[in-house]
Amino acid sequence: MRFSEYAQLSKQGVEQLPKEEESAKIIGVSRPYIEAEKKVLGKAEYADDLHFRNMLHCKFLRSTHAHAVIESIDTSKAEKLPGVVYIAKGDELPVKFGVLPVSQDETAMAIEKTRYIGEIVVAVVAETPEIAEQALRYIHVQYSKLSEYFTIDSSLEDLGEKEKIHDHTKFNNNIHKKAELRFGNQEEGIEQSHYVSEMEFEFEGVTHAFTEPHSATAFWDENGLTIYTATQVPHYLHRALAKVMKVPLSRVRVVKPYVGGGFGGKSDPFPHEMIISHIARKTGRPVRATFSREEVFLSNHGRHPSKLKMRMGTDQDGMFKVLDVDVAIDGGAYGSFGVVTSYYNGVLLQAPYDIRNFGFRTFRVYTNKPQCGAMRGHGAVNTRFAAETLVDDIAHKLNIDPCELRIKNFYKESAITIGQFRITSNGSRLALEQVMNKSGWKEKRGKLPEGRGIGAGCGFFISGSALPIIWNEYPQTVVHLKLDFDGRVLISSGASDIGQGSDTMLAMVVAETLGIDMKKVFVLAADTLLTPVDLGSYSSRVTFMCGNAAKSAAEKLKQEILEAVSKQKEVPIEELNIEQSRVFTNDRKVDLDWLEVIDITTANRGALTVSGNYISPKLGGDFKGAGAGLSPSYSFGACIAEVEVDKKTGKVEVLNVWGAHDCGKALNPMAVEGQLEGSWHMGIGQALSEEMKYFNGLLLNNNFIDYKIPTSLDTPDMDTNIIETGDPEGPFGAKECGEGALHPVIPAIANAIFNATGVRITKLPIKADDVLEKIKANLTTEIIE
Amino acid sequence: MKQLSLTVNGRKYEVLVEESDMLSTVIREKIGLTGTKVGCSQGSCGACTIIADENPILSCITPAIRFEGKEITTIEGVSENGTPSLLQELFVQKGAIQCGFCTPGMVLTTQDFIYHHPEASREDIKEALSGNLCRCTGYKKIIDAVFRICTVK
Repeated sequence: MRFSEYAQLSKQGVEQLPKEEESAKIIGVSRPYIEAEKKVLGKAEYADDLHFRNMLHCKFLRSTHAHAVIESIDTSKAEKLPGVVYIAKGDELPVKFGVLPVSQDETAMAIEKTRYIGEIVVAVVAETPEIAEQALRYIHVQYSKLSEYFTIDSSLEDLGEKEKIHDHTKFNNNIHKKAELRFGNQEEGIEQSHYVSEMEFEFEGVTHAFTEPHSATAFWDENGLTIYTATQVPHYLHRALAKVMKVPLSRVRVVKPYVGGGFGGKSDPFPHEMIISHIARKTGRPVRATFSREEVFLSNHGRHPSKLKMRMGTDQDGMFKVLDVDVAIDGGAYGSFGVVTSYYNGVLLQAPYDIRNFGFRTFRVYTNKPQCGAMRGHGAVNTRFAAETLVDDIAHKLNIDPCELRIKNFYKESAITIGQFRITSNGSRLALEQVMNKSGWKEKRGKLPEGRGIGAGCGFFISGSALPIIWNEYPQTVVHLKLDFDGRVLISSGASDIGQGSDTMLAMVVAETLGIDMKKVFVLAADTLLTPVDLGSYSSRVTFMCGNAAKSAAEKLKQEILEAVSKQKEVPIEELNIEQSRVFTNDRKVDLDWLEVIDITTANRGALTVSGNYISPKLGGDFKGAGAGLSPSYSFGACIAEVEVDKKTGKVEVLNVWGAHDCGKALNPMAVEGQLEGSWHMGIGQALSEEMKYFNGLLLNNNFIDYKIPTSLDTPDMDTNIIETGDPEGPFGAKECGEGALHPVIPAIANAIFNATGVRITKLPIKADDVLEKIKANLTTEIIE
Repeated sequence: MKQLSLTVNGRKYEVLVEESDMLSTVIREKIGLTGTKVGCSQGSCGACTIIADENPILSCITPAIRFEGKEITTIEGVSENGTPSLLQELFVQKGAIQCGFCTPGMVLTTQDFIYHHPEASREDIKEALSGNLCRCTGYKKIIDAVFRICTVK
């Protein structure tokens, strides 16, 4: 097609498409993201699209050994290559960093030894990316190998004389973190049980696979360091850069441009951000690093591979008596969010079912592989899979409908859990009943044709961590509003929109609260110089926390506006309304348009600014570990999946997924649906096709051909259901919807496979070979019986 | 370095390119149109899709020198004077855009597809989109947007 034809099509299109009327109602009405048009036109600038004059390019030489001492690095030949400007090695950046204060275990480049294949050893900066790339080939690094650890088991063992991965670990093994919490008495729970379901599970690692590779550009000027980077956590990066660069916090500015997806994969401070900041200072020029897809895979920070053993006991009536789990998670070479991940593997099992005897123990080990960290549904996805599998097994053994069994055991709408989580709204039952109805659960179960099956799963997740990562009295987020003569309200927030729509959410909350239309609000976000602190886009905290802060700021601004009008018009403030961008009394004796309102409000004082914040209430118990998983609110959800299993090959096809998620209140239903559908898509990937495949520490499938995220053909039809329970503390009742929805879909698929074949899935991803083997084993057992 | 003449979005360009330069690099770095995204440099994600003459092309794995005298349309050329095309407008209104990084490639792939297959079914659209990866949406709203265009016509 020629350009001219495209142009014609464009023109026709615009004439034909009816423009929707701007609705006066904002909250609860679907609307596109405020930046959607910019994105669809190709005008939105992501980190690698930004132009800086006189910019240098950085490329990284990465370790070819999983665990090895760096004996020598020879860069002499590379230095002579015309166009090479700077070559940096590890000892130039000795300060350790990490997202958690307790896991400051990573340096920008390997110093003395390397801990995984792909770790940065040398950085080359040159006039062009091609020259930098070429120079890497001229660098010679001499390694001497150390004992390597690739499995959970090898890292749990006593190491004897062999060298540990990190010196700072407590014991003579590679255990990074041990966490254990117990409530009630698990042994008594087992004794009281009529039936105990017990299984062992194994999970491969999966990774975020966002579409935009990491990219960042750093430069220094009279204000210190500025870095434009694809990040979910400008604030934590700000702190890490100040530490590593050894400059005051006031000399660092982190700016987040449009970000092409994160899912937890851009929620740590990264080595390349440290390195380019350092070299930009040394060279006095802007320095950019943009990762190749292979480098994105090698950076990982994805979901931990894990192994676990879980037991769950029930009385004769199907009331759960005990849940006990032992988990080991494979953290890779560095800490990242791993301490939190360890706890989440356990604590997030204490709901949605009320189980009085509940306990867990988790180990996180270091191994010589790229590090694992936070990924959508953080920490709780694999143990949730196990728990929902045991629930299905119990239902099968007791001959109870698995959904009815779940409903019997759900916590009530408000409750304090065994570990003292405060549940303020709970849509578990509504969600599960919704998908039962929509899927035709009762009609289908047991009545599907040969090879077809239907299964269910539920989920539970936090809506923002109640405790900040760095313990201090600073609120979790602050939002500023500025109102000036032109009638625009500028929202200034540190919230990081990574595609989940937080900018739009802020604009909607402010416009609704102020009673003005969306065109009068403008969002300035995620620039640590210009916007107040927000902790970042992680733990599903942004709508709840930033939404509340924006609402509180807008309420203050509304009060200021009404006070000014009340004074000038001499009417009591209670008689004034603010709606549809007008301030009026019911009798319309006062009836002002927005610019008149602004003139009155700004008279003799000029632009107004107000500030709102969000501070989580004090929550939780006073035992050690009580803070893990504390959240001002929790989300709940359910999925039912229908599958077809080819019994000759073991191939599983997901035919349909019905999902429902309790997000409290859908501020923007279309955006909520997008989050839910994206979560289910990602869960389906982990269930059926995604895994990080290593051979002796080498990541084999570091590309989109071999690491298989579901394509449009692999993603089944999804029936999307929003459940609204109106959380009492969420902004307009809202709570999270971006992560929790992932949990139920994976066990729903596995339980559907059981329903279809009698085969119990205990390993992810689900592979045709494994399914076939188990089908054959079942057949053999049947014949013998 | 070689001299390359090509037309991008109706405008003629003369650029000096290396034989190893991919078309995406030339479009982004030399012509300065950054709407074309590079997600993998391996032709596996579809973010870099552009239209050359009649065909959708993965510009991240196709050498620029092959396009001597060709007419190319990038995402910047799909709209006219900054006004979104019908398909683009549907992407916006149907919520087919989250992070937006795959969007330019999705739009070019599907714009070309619906031009040739105006009566496409949802299954046809799924097939047509299968070379373009999206990690945010689960594809549902993208398929909705593309399918809707068949009913608008």
